[in-house]
Amino acid sequence: MEAEPPLLHVRGLTKTYAGRRRGRPAVPALAGIDLQITSGTDLALVGQSGSGKSTLARCIVRLEEPTSGEIRFEGADLLALRGRRLLAFRERIQLILQDSAAALDPRMSALDIVSEPLDVLGRGGRIDRHRRALELMETVGIPSGWAERRPRELSGGQRQRLAIARALTLAPRLLILDEAFSGLDVSIQAQIAGLLQDLKARHALTYLYISHDLALMGALADEVAIMFEGRIVEHGDVARVFGDPRHAHTRALIAASPRWPGAAAPPAP
Amino acid sequence: MAGGGRAAGALALATLARRALHALLLLIGVSLLSFLLLELAPGDYFSEMRLDPRVSEATVRELRARYGLDRPLPERYLRWLASIARGEMGYSFAYGQPVGPLLWPRVRNTLLLTGTSTALAWLLALPLGAWWATRRRGPADAGLAGLTALLLALPDLVLVLGLLLLAVRTGWLPAGGMVSLGHEQMPWGARMRDVALHLVVPVTALVMGTAPMLVRYVRAGLADALDAPFVTAARAHGLPERRVVFWHALPAAANPLISLFGLSLAGLLSTSLLVEVVVSWPGLGPLLLEAILARDFYLVLGPVLASTLLLAGGNLLADALLLAVDPRIRSDA
Amino acid sequence: MPALLEVCDLAVHHVGDGGRPAVALDGVSLEVSEGEVVGLLGESGCGKTTLLLAILGLLPDSARVVRGTIRFRGRDLLAADEPERRGLRGSRISIILQEPALALNPVRRAGAQVAEIVQAHRGGSGRRCREEALSALAEVGFSEPGRIYDSYPHELSGGQRQRVVIAQALVCRPALVLADEPTASLDTTAQAELRALLQELQGRLNLSMLLVSHDLGALAAIARRVLVMYAGRLVEAGTPADVFAGPLHPYSRGLLAALPPPPPRAGLWPRRLPTPIAGSPPDPASVPEGCAFEPRCPDRLPACVERAPREEQPAEGRRVRCFKYGG
Repeated sequence: MEAEPPLLHVRGLTKTYAGRRRGRPAVPALAGIDLQITSGTDLALVGQSGSGKSTLARCIVRLEEPTSGEIRFEGADLLALRGRRLLAFRERIQLILQDSAAALDPRMSALDIVSEPLDVLGRGGRIDRHRRALELMETVGIPSGWAERRPRELSGGQRQRLAIARALTLAPRLLILDEAFSGLDVSIQAQIAGLLQDLKARHALTYLYISHDLALMGALADEVAIMFEGRIVEHGDVARVFGDPRHAHTRALIAASPRWPGAAAPPAP
Repeated sequence: MAGGGRAAGALALATLARRALHALLLLIGVSLLSFLLLELAPGDYFSEMRLDPRVSEATVRELRARYGLDRPLPERYLRWLASIARGEMGYSFAYGQPVGPLLWPRVRNTLLLTGTSTALAWLLALPLGAWWATRRRGPADAGLAGLTALLLALPDLVLVLGLLLLAVRTGWLPAGGMVSLGHEQMPWGARMRDVALHLVVPVTALVMGTAPMLVRYVRAGLADALDAPFVTAARAHGLPERRVVFWHALPAAANPLISLFGLSLAGLLSTSLLVEVVVSWPGLGPLLLEAILARDFYLVLGPVLASTLLLAGGNLLADALLLAVDPRIRSDA
Repeated sequence: MPALLEVCDLAVHHVGDGGRPAVALDGVSLEVSEGEVVGLLGESGCGKTTLLLAILGLLPDSARVVRGTIRFRGRDLLAADEPERRGLRGSRISIILQEPALALNPVRRAGAQVAEIVQAHRGGSGRRCREEALSALAEVGFSEPGRIYDSYPHELSGGQRQRVVIAQALVCRPALVLADEPTASLDTTAQAELRALLQELQGRLNLSMLLVSHDLGALAAIARRVLVMYAGRLVEAGTPADVFAGPLHPYSRGLLAALPPPPPRAGLWPRRLPTPIAGSPPDPASVPEGCAFEPRCPDRLPACVERAPREEQPAEGRRVRCFKYGG
């Protein structure tokens, strides 16, 4: 019986930015990344600023081209895709970014923002597209009465929900969330996390979380990979990595996480 | 990272050198293009003559040959370049002399006019724009907005004609030209005063045409900078308001203003053409117009080249200022 | 001897365009004593930034103090004129603002931005101001203050910029430091370094601080008392151990349950998804009659809608504004 290929398989990925300044060596942002994501298993990529985690996300969605290496998505060679095939792939992997205010066109209404992917691809008639957009907005918890609101009239959490709704329009299989929680209040983070868990089951999604917040990632993901200076230094089950960290950087991150009285046994809500 | 200060400085110089090279290429390209375009335009200086029945075809042909107009294009171009190197910049058929000596007095007069008006416009726009930026939603805000909009909407022609009308009706100011009769006989002080009086109408027209836009840009840039978190932080540290505005906000708002300044410089020889013609200011404008109408080939090219030189120079200066003022650009260069 | 800072029933409204005022602060009272660090825990919109700006006298034109007093060493700050307040800002009361990347002027060198504060408040020659700035930079942990002095902000890392901002706040040896989310925009290791730095500085300089933060680790490390703020009101007060391990107010409990637990140093632990608080904070333009948290409260009582709860003191040093504890 043939095992199902991993949803995402990254092999030996490197990305080097040519040294723009004279006399400085080229900077490797990614130095040989090997990574696998199985469908249904959420992975968290944890690293500090400059570790290369955002670069990795951008390479996976082909916003940037890696210098070398291989990326396979659903078995197909991602880096070889062009034109229409590349466009088709873009529906299957979506990216949610940190600064939702910057990711949403301030002059478009909420409804327009969510229906834009369908508009661009010309799927279905206008009424169908709007209906689907409204459905998705309800799903993420934005009432349909707010369809005409502009991003600046929404709070940070609501904007992030809108971005998620937009990402879901094309029924992706993999959702990459690049620091999507930073800048949100704690209770809003928890709400968005809950929403994502709901959506996961209903829409058969797999998540790749990218963050520097180790505690939050541990709570949300099944597996965690620790990135340091362009490499993955540790990878495994959350329980294993947190309970038995092997790499020095992992241990440093765990030690640096904030602690407070009563943290180990949080109060019953 | 921080010790790269010297390295950044060297990088900046390298960038400037590159830009200077581009400027040179620009000049060459413009000269070539202008030459070509003028050539493609129908007729030449002697076309009028051909229409005159008294002049024979042979005479025209001989004249053209004498002035080298029958040579092939590349040869004429190269000869012209050589002439530029000698300082002559070609030959004016209408004036019967090399172009160079004709240009420079005109350039000087134009620069006197535009230099004065550009300086005044900036000296007016900076404090006014800064003051406007600190007044939010008051009567001053609405008043200035309306005034600048009105002035921007009025065409330069209307402005200068209106001023000219005023001058003529009231007799306070001379109605055109640069000097009065008997200018040469006046003592030095009186001569300066004479030119200054003649400057009032055209300078006012030019300032009224350019200052409103500058004021708006200064205000917009400064208003943005004043909203920035580091300005709130500066106030929170108890710094006096004057320092907050001039030492913190203004340099941060300087980027677009420096580019604008470069454009101002670049336009020193070109923007006053209309005004000069209307008030008969003996600058580059009337000369160019005359030369175009007469199809005085090389005399047209002269001012074009001079203008382009100033354009390239202005941009280069703006680039240099930008590199000097904004350290972020230095590091990215 | 009066407390260093005394805020009494402070209420601030924002006057919006045309109509209902938005309530930013609804009767806040707190005290900071000499050498004490008071932590303020709350989410966006609860009024914490408004409180800090009100203390400094930097409220925007649209804001109005409706009632209450702010006293610094007995002096009424709200009654003070602008020159007096400017004299206090940066020298007696200083602030560490959020987002160090934005709090520093990008076209000026970092050191100059520290030195100018000395110049503004103490005057003196350029060289003396530079020396004081250098010593402030050394104090916040820079091993090469000279190099940092000459750097531009974009040449420094996030953690370094934040330390420069702290140097700005400390250079004139203020009596009170206001800190607005100092660790918020940093990544984990930088946050830990900053926490350690604040702890060290507090111990060495005996700083009095009003620390606004949602970084419970920072609050636990240096705050002697923690106040929880919601919708412009203080809803709970106590020591960090009390409030974090045994929160009384339903909002505090909800907030703590919404935090993912920190990874333990060793051993396995049960994974728990953060529990959100349902709903969202009230619109400041339509503040309800009763308790502001009532619509989202899992423990609501009939009285909660009718009137706003008073402050109760269920135990020594504990205060809570909730009908569950009396009233």
